[in-house]
Amino acid sequence: MSMDTKTLVDWVLGSDAGFWWRFAGVAAAWALPITLWVSLVGLISIWLERKISAHIQCRLGPMEVGPHGALQTIADGVKLLAKEDLIPDGADRMLFALAPILAFAGTFVSFAVIPFGPDLIITDLDTGLYFLAAIGSLEAIGVIAAGWASNNKWALFGSVRAATQVVCYEIPMGLAFVTVAAVAGTLSMTEIVEQQNGMLWNWYLFRNPFMPLAFISYYIASLAECKRAPFDLPEAESELVSGFHTEYSGMRFAIFFLAEYAAMYVVSALAVVLFLGGWYTGIAPVDKALAASPLWGNVVGALVIITKSFALIFVQMWLRWTLPRVRLDQMMHLCLKVMVPIGMFVLVFAALWQALLPYAGALNGREALYPTLGSVTGLVVFLVLVIGGWMWVRGVIRATTSYKTANYRT
Amino acid sequence: MLEVSLQHYLLVAALLFAAGVGVIISRRNAIAVLCGVELILNAAALNFVAFNRYAAPAGRLDGQVFTIFIIILAAAEAAIALAILLNLFQQTNTVDVDEADTMKE
Amino acid sequence: MDIDFGTIMFFALAIVAVVPAFMVVLARDIVRVAFWLLASLCGVAGLYILLGADFLGLTQVLVYIGGILVLILFGIMMTSKDPLHEKATASGKRSPVTGLVTGALVFAVLAAVIVGVGFEENKGVSGGEPTTTKLGEVLLTDYVLPFELVSVLLLFVLCGAAYMARRRREDAHA
Repeated sequence: MSMDTKTLVDWVLGSDAGFWWRFAGVAAAWALPITLWVSLVGLISIWLERKISAHIQCRLGPMEVGPHGALQTIADGVKLLAKEDLIPDGADRMLFALAPILAFAGTFVSFAVIPFGPDLIITDLDTGLYFLAAIGSLEAIGVIAAGWASNNKWALFGSVRAATQVVCYEIPMGLAFVTVAAVAGTLSMTEIVEQQNGMLWNWYLFRNPFMPLAFISYYIASLAECKRAPFDLPEAESELVSGFHTEYSGMRFAIFFLAEYAAMYVVSALAVVLFLGGWYTGIAPVDKALAASPLWGNVVGALVIITKSFALIFVQMWLRWTLPRVRLDQMMHLCLKVMVPIGMFVLVFAALWQALLPYAGALNGREALYPTLGSVTGLVVFLVLVIGGWMWVRGVIRATTSYKTANYRT
Repeated sequence: MLEVSLQHYLLVAALLFAAGVGVIISRRNAIAVLCGVELILNAAALNFVAFNRYAAPAGRLDGQVFTIFIIILAAAEAAIALAILLNLFQQTNTVDVDEADTMKE
Repeated sequence: MDIDFGTIMFFALAIVAVVPAFMVVLARDIVRVAFWLLASLCGVAGLYILLGADFLGLTQVLVYIGGILVLILFGIMMTSKDPLHEKATASGKRSPVTGLVTGALVFAVLAAVIVGVGFEENKGVSGGEPTTTKLGEVLLTDYVLPFELVSVLLLFVLCGAAYMARRRREDAHA
């Protein structure tokens, strides 16, 4: 297993190969796989979204192209490619063309540091987590450029909303990152996963009683970063046509659309890496057997990490077709007055837990440890949060008039 | 064979500084002036990092620490400057730096 | 090939940093100014990374592009009088010639000093070692006082900016 982390400059300079060879090598070694994977993720998750939304609404969804409409996205892609590429009158042409690229670039580059298996990572930076946080901020710029360049009222409103939301929710997201970094003692993605080796309760989600809170706060922030419901007010169809990409058509629209779905995968895979054990199945003997052979370790590892990520993507879609949209002031209130204080609390207490409990220093070792106290309390807090949250939501739903007056056929 | 040296970095920083000065002198929009200030700060920070890389004793990172402080202070400065500009805009309905001379008259 | 990859990267990044910086002087539209500044900041971040300061390069992207530039763009949108019709209005400039001439003079002086002193013996572009851990240690040992002072300063700035930029009560009545 290659555990050597790299600095950014080594990544850029690499070996002593000539310029064009290196250029071609970089293109073949990571641009091509990322491109293929981004397209594949886009295809699958767009199809999934349509099927899931359809089934939630008691419909069938696309059924015509391919089995259960599986090729519908390809048909749509061809349609978008063939469409006229409109640039509105009075638009700022340079920025209009630049915006989708800016919005897509951040998501695209993020794939370079997200692992698929023990060795399946394009570059294992020693600053991987920080790199992701930094690159993620490019998206806000792309969105502002799109809204401004479109010369359209709705696009501008959508882009201002989107930028506000993305910039705001970077704070709780960053606090969750810092919490994980404080617990892990490293920023390297593979190192973080390595430390979650072992049984299920060794995952960072259960590492100490504060991590479940960090995970939930990260997950809510990631919904807002992806502009997914209930935080989809930047592209609220009923108010803003479709937000910052109102004026975009054809290929440029397809790029925005692809970036949105790729970003969903990125935040989900990141949640898996940071909190849900990465490529480990959570059953220690199985992991040990798999790690013995590099081939199976990587293949099964990739399958595990992709399955977990798509499970989280499914939850995102499920939420989107279930929850109503929040208002702008509710969005700001939730971020600045609820999630930032919770994030601070979690960071301080997770760091204290890490510093004060005796096993903390041993975590940097490669051996799987079972910090029992942290895991037990973590599990209890997680269960309390999940069950409590479920009861609360159920109570709220049952208290609404529509539930009481609805006439169900059972 | 051409090799990159400290001098090259210093010249790039000098060019950035000159561009920043040019922006501050030729612009009237206060936000553009702010952009010029950011360029100048970047030039200074680049100098710090370059000197740290080429001239500092091995293992010392003082130049990089200074650059971190420069970036932090630039963020603080931008936030305060924009707050002031918003106030100015509410008072005078313009962000032209030449118009904001009521203290003079 | 007798020019190595690091040299090519340096010149590419230097062009990305410097040319947009001059476009900041020359551009007509104030929004364009902000986006040329974006390109220049990206170039400088790349130069940091080339100098082995990877943490700083990422901090530059995170703070400047994710923070300051977004602030500047918000500032532009909030202070332009009619964003939807007067978009291409002049960003308020005198002739850029004054600026360019002054810039050229400043550069001439600086370049004369730099070339005169001669920093040429320090050469080479090579890989660096990870700086993140070391920076953290230095910040919490040698530089702990400035570090804490800066955090207090940031708190003041946060409160001050929020206070100054709030909507005035009087405006609601007027």
